[in-house]
Amino acid sequence: MSFVLIVGSGRVGSIVARDLLAAGHEVSVLDGDPLSHERLDAGQESTWEGAGGRFTIGQAIERDALVEAGIERADVFIAATNGDNTNLTIAQIAQKMFNVPRVLVRVMDPARAEWYGSQGMEIICPTSYAVTMFETALGLPGADG
Amino acid sequence: MYAVVIGGGKVGLNLTRELLAKGTEVTLIEGRRERYLRMDAELGFVVQYGDGTELWVLERAGIQRADLVVAVTGDDEDNILICQIARDKYQVERVISRVNNPRNRQYFELLDIRPAFSATDLILKLIEHEVPDYGLVHLLDLPEQRLEVIEIVVCEGCRADGLEVQQLELPEGSIVISVLRGGSGFVPKAETVINAGDEVLVCLDPSLEAQITALFEAAK
Repeated sequence: MSFVLIVGSGRVGSIVARDLLAAGHEVSVLDGDPLSHERLDAGQESTWEGAGGRFTIGQAIERDALVEAGIERADVFIAATNGDNTNLTIAQIAQKMFNVPRVLVRVMDPARAEWYGSQGMEIICPTSYAVTMFETALGLPGADG
Repeated sequence: MYAVVIGGGKVGLNLTRELLAKGTEVTLIEGRRERYLRMDAELGFVVQYGDGTELWVLERAGIQRADLVVAVTGDDEDNILICQIARDKYQVERVISRVNNPRNRQYFELLDIRPAFSATDLILKLIEHEVPDYGLVHLLDLPEQRLEVIEIVVCEGCRADGLEVQQLELPEGSIVISVLRGGSGFVPKAETVINAGDEVLVCLDPSLEAQITALFEAAK
């Protein structure tokens, strides 16, 4: 079991959070918008906290908020806010300031994703996946590569 | 010299004007359409429209041949990314960044983005200098050389009050370089007596600052 800190409880972050919790991990979510908490509860039998999850309201870039959300003992850090630059910045904070062993970053822009990937960061780029899937569906040559 | 400035707010726009006046080649990148159009009327081809954190926008501005990149957007994460990309991907020799929220300064330092300037810190420094009761003023900081010069007020009843300079027993790596008294300054001798109300300038290793200030602060 790992302790996973997810920053950004949007469409992606909230579902990954729920799935990780269901798989038996300890999960803490940080988001600046209290309403985003509802995403975690929506359609569930128990509340997020009732199911064992943690939720902290705070800005991703605020050191105090990250500490309150448990970054100091996180095994995995997921940066999934809606801002590429915020994600890339907080991911580096998690790596370099808090020595989190595994850091995953969502980056929408393929160019920035490629560059930071080449610098050794573990990047998830939904845009690249979408492009590949469209092109595969259309039978474009080389789309699978 | 070729400079790329990202962010056309008050700082970016005025900086661009000043650099142009000095004969520097400049491109200013602004991502908000309204602002871009307003500046375009004044500056023409100097201003380019686009998100300055997008690589193709930076490349269109010719960042590959830039000698200087100045990131002065209103968003600290954007400024951090711009400087990192300019330095590491495009090998720009000098990057300068604005820090909007002083609390984010630690992240600029963490990621080794310097120099990074914050208006709040600059004004705070001026306040420290202009308001004498503030106690300690940093006159010069050379963090990489591990050297600083501070100006400090000698408080009534502090340990240094009434002692000769040679009796201060300053730690290795620090020296009193001058004393300001009654509106004029002089370089002290070993036997110069330090009095409450004097201001002393000390040159020191930054790690010694707490030890030094303890000598001149009022006893608690």
